[in-house]
Amino acid sequence: MGAVPKAPQFIGPGAVDVAFEVNGGGVSVHVPPHRTLLDTLRESLGLTGAKRVCDEGTCGACTVLVDGEPVYSCMTLAIACAGRAVETVEGLSKENELHPVQAAFIEHDAFQCGFCTPGQIMSCVALLRHNASPTSEDVLRAVSGNLCRCGAYPNIVAAALSAAKKVRR
Amino acid sequence: MSIKVVRTKAEFEGTITEETALVEGTDLRPWAADEGLTIVGKRQTRVDGVARVTGRARYTQDVYLPGMLHVRVLRSPYPRARVRRVDASRALALAGVRGVLHRFNAPKAAFRGEETIFRDEVRFVGDEVAAIAADSEEIAADAIRLIDVDYEVLPFVPDLEEAMRDDATRLDEKGNVTESGRLDRGDTKRAFAGASAVVEATYRTSTQLHNSLETHGAVARWDGDELTVWESTQHVFGVREGLRAALKIPYSDIRVLCDYMGGGFGSKGGAGKYSIIAALFARQLGSPVRCVLTRDEENLAAGNRSATYQTVKIAARGKKISAIEHLSWSNAGQGRWVADPTGPTNGLYDIPNLRTRSYKVVTSLGALASFRAPGYVEGTFALDQAIDELADRIGEDPLALRRRHMGLRSDPVTGLRYSLKRLEACYDVGEKEIGWQHRRPEGTRGSAPHRRRGYGMASQLWGGSGLPPAYATIHLNPDGTAVLRCGTQDIGTGTRTVLAQLAAEELGLTVADIRVELGDTNSQYAPISAGSLTVASVGPAVRLAAKDARMQLLAAASGLLEVGPSELRIERGVVISKGQRTPIAEILGQIQNFTVIGKGSRFPNPEGVSLKTFGAHFAQVEVDTRTGEVFVEHVVAVHDIGRVINPLTAASQVEGGVIQGLGFVLSEERIVDRPTGRVVNGNLEGYKVPTIRDVPKITVRFIDDPDTKANNIGAKGLGEPPIIPLPAAIANAVANAIGVRVRTAPITRQRVLDALSLQ
Repeated sequence: MGAVPKAPQFIGPGAVDVAFEVNGGGVSVHVPPHRTLLDTLRESLGLTGAKRVCDEGTCGACTVLVDGEPVYSCMTLAIACAGRAVETVEGLSKENELHPVQAAFIEHDAFQCGFCTPGQIMSCVALLRHNASPTSEDVLRAVSGNLCRCGAYPNIVAAALSAAKKVRR
Repeated sequence: MSIKVVRTKAEFEGTITEETALVEGTDLRPWAADEGLTIVGKRQTRVDGVARVTGRARYTQDVYLPGMLHVRVLRSPYPRARVRRVDASRALALAGVRGVLHRFNAPKAAFRGEETIFRDEVRFVGDEVAAIAADSEEIAADAIRLIDVDYEVLPFVPDLEEAMRDDATRLDEKGNVTESGRLDRGDTKRAFAGASAVVEATYRTSTQLHNSLETHGAVARWDGDELTVWESTQHVFGVREGLRAALKIPYSDIRVLCDYMGGGFGSKGGAGKYSIIAALFARQLGSPVRCVLTRDEENLAAGNRSATYQTVKIAARGKKISAIEHLSWSNAGQGRWVADPTGPTNGLYDIPNLRTRSYKVVTSLGALASFRAPGYVEGTFALDQAIDELADRIGEDPLALRRRHMGLRSDPVTGLRYSLKRLEACYDVGEKEIGWQHRRPEGTRGSAPHRRRGYGMASQLWGGSGLPPAYATIHLNPDGTAVLRCGTQDIGTGTRTVLAQLAAEELGLTVADIRVELGDTNSQYAPISAGSLTVASVGPAVRLAAKDARMQLLAAASGLLEVGPSELRIERGVVISKGQRTPIAEILGQIQNFTVIGKGSRFPNPEGVSLKTFGAHFAQVEVDTRTGEVFVEHVVAVHDIGRVINPLTAASQVEGGVIQGLGFVLSEERIVDRPTGRVVNGNLEGYKVPTIRDVPKITVRFIDDPDTKANNIGAKGLGEPPIIPLPAAIANAVANAIGVRVRTAPITRQRVLDALSLQ
């Protein structure tokens, strides 16, 4: 996981306006300073792809990208994202074209119930942006913070490696 | 078509039940092994894949309705206490709090044999004491801390083995221990007396927590008298029944929906207290209400796999097993039943003399819930280790010993012939794939001086025959697409995909032409998605619905094309007659005002045969004798489940079962603080589910021999089988590696080191 962005200067105690970018578009929300990015995405912005599973930074189901780095959005405050670019699973496919990682997850059956899948996918997307030729060890490191209770792990590795091939082309 | 009533015996998680169902018409001839199917049996990616990888799939947790209120539940901090007084006035004074429910103000609402959901005597840490509905979850969480409760703390029992003692506090008038299963075969006394070798050992398994990533939860909304509930469940019809019983309202006023759900593993079998709380608040407050458990609550009050204490005494006469006595005690917590760990002992091997007893033990802990092959994982852990211990004693190869007791012909419990039992083929494939010839009775050197390598295996028995009633319909649209509706659920197993394959195969469409709609009580009944019974229950009904639709379509085509129906066939959406090809859309387009609706029902299982699934797991491990760490290098999982409908999703299912089994045997253990009765690791940090780094090389193999006696698709269930033999196979491999046996799961480093130090 990448470093959580530094806290900005302004603070509540009441709700404050926070402006940032989500999936390429600007948004402004009015949230209390202690509101997490996860709850803001889900409840204020209707983006329910990131899931709340542990709500304490142990499972990775809420993983999104902030300025390109994967973060646990349950451990990131919304106010810490002011002026930054947030990417969620909803923003990955462009014009009905799936992102190579999404397509590879389907092709390799890299999910069962699918609840951890948005987080797994965002971790893999971040990996491939930094490293288009990952080894399986790189993939393991990238998603070792993402739990899957159905045990889709072997296929997740296969999907990430196969997506990397497509990204390189 | 003619409707008739059928009565049939069917197996659900080791228990035989009597089912009554209605069936229509006649069943189809089962597809033969060489039927030449083009869609069934072929690799098919999931039809709901796009929804799941884009975040569009809407789970219960993702249902946000306008004006929705949020619930948090106040739970007992004591393992046993009387609730003498509840004062919620401070909570109700908090801005944004809309209502409170507790034992002194909640309407009567029956729940699993009790009259109310808030007990006067709370019986475990986490038992529901009160609930708050508020404008936000945050406010509700703040408010429950402001509820003042006066508890009279009572004596409690926080542990299985403590509850079994004669001097233990009695939690139940009938005593803490009750017999829940027994079987006697032959004469064990005589067999033990005449044995050439006897081994006796005690095995323990720990409480495993489901930890489905989506916690239990529900959203309830009333429109006048009509209640709609979105629930993360394995059985929408079960939830409907629970709501009807609690709220005393007719079925016609209840609709339960579960489009997507984030795992259940057995724990989501019906309405929970959270469902009823949401419905009560929604009715009382006139707003939609959401009640979704937190991770901690999930691990206190939403079920678990019982810890067990088991003793096995096993005897040999010469090179054969002559007798087994298996006694098992299961921690039911506050549950009203237990699974039967002696099930595998009763039915897996052909053993002439047998005595098994299974006991339910109540403790001051949360109730158990079915957890993927309840009882059979725990029981196989004891049974298949005992067999290895006996094999070691008599100097026999453990696989060779098992081969003498495969009992391929008939079920030792019922005496009925098996429809099909390919256990021997599972052994043959597994033996070869793992390289069993490398196994030495004393283990072998590992990859470093302080590492030892070992091999182990274990066998699997489970039901999985499926059962009626189950129904499905298929609506054909004028453009040649179709909608398949069935009241089953896709809990992550790939049900939507497999049903689309079956329908497409029979109807002559492509998988892409079929939309599958599940998880809605407004469609046809289907059983719970548990017990490995979905495909074998629902699949045959779907095939019949598709056949019904095909016959209607052919009748229409015959009239329009002026060709006899027997000269027509449908392939990939095209009606073919004597070289003439007419797309279905062209035919249906001409009869726009008539909708083709195919209906199908599940016919009973055949009488007089035993329908089971079998398998074997083989494991190669290394053990670090300095640290006690177990490194699983390779697992070979071989399963005999009849026809494999989708090799892609079936392999995923097996890998998932293996990985969950690895958690059970190596890392997962609920820890309870004995002085306070509290679960101390009810989260994903302290409770260790496997991560991607814990996954070994897994080789999956299917015998893939259709069981044409079982049902018209020849398939049996696969949900549970792949977790059953894995823990015992690993335990046997560890014992082979280090020459000493760890008889407690999970096999942690500490337990390995303890075992080595006692050597």
